[in-house]
Amino acid sequence: MKQTLSFVAGLSMMVTPAVADEKPVLQVYAPDYFASEWGPGPGIEQGFEARCGCDLQFITGDVLPRILLEGERTEADVVIGLNTDVTARARASGLFAPHGQDISGLTMPIEWTDDVFLPFNYGYTAFIYDNTKMETPPASFEALLGMSDDVKIVIQDPRSSISGLALLLWVKAIYGDKAPDAWEKLAPKILTVTQGWSESYGMFTDGEADMVLSYTTSPAYHIIAEDDMSKSAAIFEEGHYLFVELAAKLKTSDQPELASTFMDYVLTEDFQTAIPTSNWSYPSKLDASLLPEKFSLLGVPGKAIFHSEADAEALRKPALDEWLAAFSK
Amino acid sequence: MYRSGQIVRPLWVSHWPGLLAVMLLVVLVFGTLIAVALRAEGGRGLGPSEWAAIRFTLWQAALSAGISVVLAIPVARALARRKFPGRRALVTLLGAPFILPIIVAVLGLIAVFGRSGIISAALDVLGVEPISVYGYHGVILAHVFFNLPLATRLILQGWLSIPAERFRLAATLGMGPREIARILERPMLREVAPGAFLVIFLICLTSFAIALALGGGPRATTVELAIYEAFKFDFDLGRAAMLALIQFTMGVGAALIAFWIAFPSNMGAGLDRAVQRWDDSRIQRVLDVAIITLASLFLLLPLTMVIIDGVPGLLSLPMSVFQAALRSLLVAFGSAFLTLALALPVAALVVQRSAWVAEGLGYLTIAASPLVVGTGLFLILFPFVKPSDLALPVTAVVNAAMSLPFALRALVPALRTVERDYGALADGMGLHGLTRVRLLWLPRLRRPLGFALGLAAALSMGDLGVIAMFADPQGVTLPLQLYRLMGAYRMDDAAAAAVLLLGLSLALFWIFDRGGRANADD
Repeated sequence: MKQTLSFVAGLSMMVTPAVADEKPVLQVYAPDYFASEWGPGPGIEQGFEARCGCDLQFITGDVLPRILLEGERTEADVVIGLNTDVTARARASGLFAPHGQDISGLTMPIEWTDDVFLPFNYGYTAFIYDNTKMETPPASFEALLGMSDDVKIVIQDPRSSISGLALLLWVKAIYGDKAPDAWEKLAPKILTVTQGWSESYGMFTDGEADMVLSYTTSPAYHIIAEDDMSKSAAIFEEGHYLFVELAAKLKTSDQPELASTFMDYVLTEDFQTAIPTSNWSYPSKLDASLLPEKFSLLGVPGKAIFHSEADAEALRKPALDEWLAAFSK
Repeated sequence: MYRSGQIVRPLWVSHWPGLLAVMLLVVLVFGTLIAVALRAEGGRGLGPSEWAAIRFTLWQAALSAGISVVLAIPVARALARRKFPGRRALVTLLGAPFILPIIVAVLGLIAVFGRSGIISAALDVLGVEPISVYGYHGVILAHVFFNLPLATRLILQGWLSIPAERFRLAATLGMGPREIARILERPMLREVAPGAFLVIFLICLTSFAIALALGGGPRATTVELAIYEAFKFDFDLGRAAMLALIQFTMGVGAALIAFWIAFPSNMGAGLDRAVQRWDDSRIQRVLDVAIITLASLFLLLPLTMVIIDGVPGLLSLPMSVFQAALRSLLVAFGSAFLTLALALPVAALVVQRSAWVAEGLGYLTIAASPLVVGTGLFLILFPFVKPSDLALPVTAVVNAAMSLPFALRALVPALRTVERDYGALADGMGLHGLTRVRLLWLPRLRRPLGFALGLAAALSMGDLGVIAMFADPQGVTLPLQLYRLMGAYRMDDAAAAAVLLLGLSLALFWIFDRGGRANADD
């Protein structure tokens, strides 16, 4: 048993390149997609290491639960990839330090005043459709609800997926007390509810569903990376739910200076220009002229809908109950 | 627990390794649960939605397991009775769905049964309404797709364990198919089927991604998803631990029922001849061919769709995917041998001491919530080590523990038979300890061992990692890489990675399984 273990460990060392340099290490907790080689992580790591003379290491996983589990003893210096719908709980933990950044020049559609959580990118939730198959996409949420029940939509489960939760809050923001009625109209069109975004999106690209819950910037991937113009986001006149992703510094960091240097780096042009084509979303501080040219082909919502973290936290449970009720009829 | 005439004999093989293995399981299953419960701060108790999840989980698991086993019996019988070219390959291939990552299997199923799938397209040509796969029936369909192969293999093992001489004797006595079923096959089924049902019930108990993807909505919420929600959004560890305990209790209940029904058959030993059957008839032949064809279509069509979808992108896969594949292979081998190191001692303990508690524990590792096991391990180890340093070893250990039920399912009845048939002879020759293991057990247990190791390796290959928290950013496994590709919109690359994963898992399974089946009749 023991021999087998050390055998496996020995083998794993052969495959995993050992990092053995004496540079200070900055540990950044990030969601898996962020640090994957196809996400923004590697580019950011390279850019930051060129400035700091340190070793930036991403630790991937479910960021918030993990930080809460580790509490004061966490090894994280910085976390990146939290979103505003869960920061209430993160803030309540008291583990995070002020970011110390000048946030007056942000290019986001809403006013940002938070001094702990620093936005690094944002997007809008939206329903993506295939414009070669759907000639008249719904121009409003109301029109979506009024569509024939033959139109099939895949969404994500708000209990396991952050984008699924965003849809819940979006409906709540538009319909308020009437949200249960809206869900009742939407439910027959929902083909299925998946655990995460990937399963949904895969079902959509396989042609199984007519629409999928994703982001207005999703078509950018198809346009830029695949040269495929057939995917569009349906833009609704009621507005779209804003999805902001954040970075924050830990109070307990053993590399406070490095962590601050990283926070300084987040709003630099270097970091921000890497975002659009690696995270397929809008950078939080970048002049529109510096966006990739083809981002201009994307539909832009006329209005951003947003819940403060306190509202999002307060609405989550009742909205979830309404959602569950609508589907169990 | 077994009510057969157990003969109490002196110990043949030390039971310490078995006890150690059981200890490890106790820590993995209960230690982690306690660790999570201890970290709990005040949360809310169970609400109506949790109770609904408990109800749904119970009946879908029972129904899925029931249907899988009922369908597997004719398939296994047909495979046991027929010889045809490619049978061996087919038996291996039929195990494939079981070792696929869930997301791949779901997309394969949808390609066949979905709105734009083959069947709907065919119906469309005929002018019939397309079928809908989403809903309760979709969940059951997916679970049967996943587990029918396993049930078939387990029951097939039972069929092949009936010595050829019994069929010869039956033919001499002029028995027809009906008598053979009554005298030989049904007692065997009574021994094998409850265990197969139990294992599949336990698998369906903790599954949640399938139920979600094909359930059509939140009505198909399982307990594991409720655990996930409690953990991820509410950080309510108390509720997560409570739900995990309830899930575990359901597993215990199922285990008790299965053990109560199971009844060891008594076939006696044979000379390992190839089975010949004299009770054949034209109707049986036609029926068997039809059953094998149908089962193969059901299981292999979705796989074929996965392959068609992914093969074009195979050559353009980034290097990192192949590196991840190599890493997964290492973990799979480690996990397979750890499974052996755990399963054989536990099986020895169970057979020598009639330690049904040990056997029960061995099964119940799959009733444990992967999320709670991962979180608990993290809480236990985090104060002492850097979790990512242990990524691969911990993955291998947890995967081995999760594969244990299948290994025991195959090993315990086989070992019991070996000891019953040859135990006295071995005692007389003074075969004890490792000598007995080497000379008697390993040769006689080749087939179940090969099957168990192959299953453990393949399962470990396709496992996303029950322990996402131990993920080492540099040490990505192939299934995780597949999810990452999907997460980055690269659906074509992901489809290709799925084919690579399918191929490697099957190859692993085949190597071990084949190594264990050197018999001509198989």
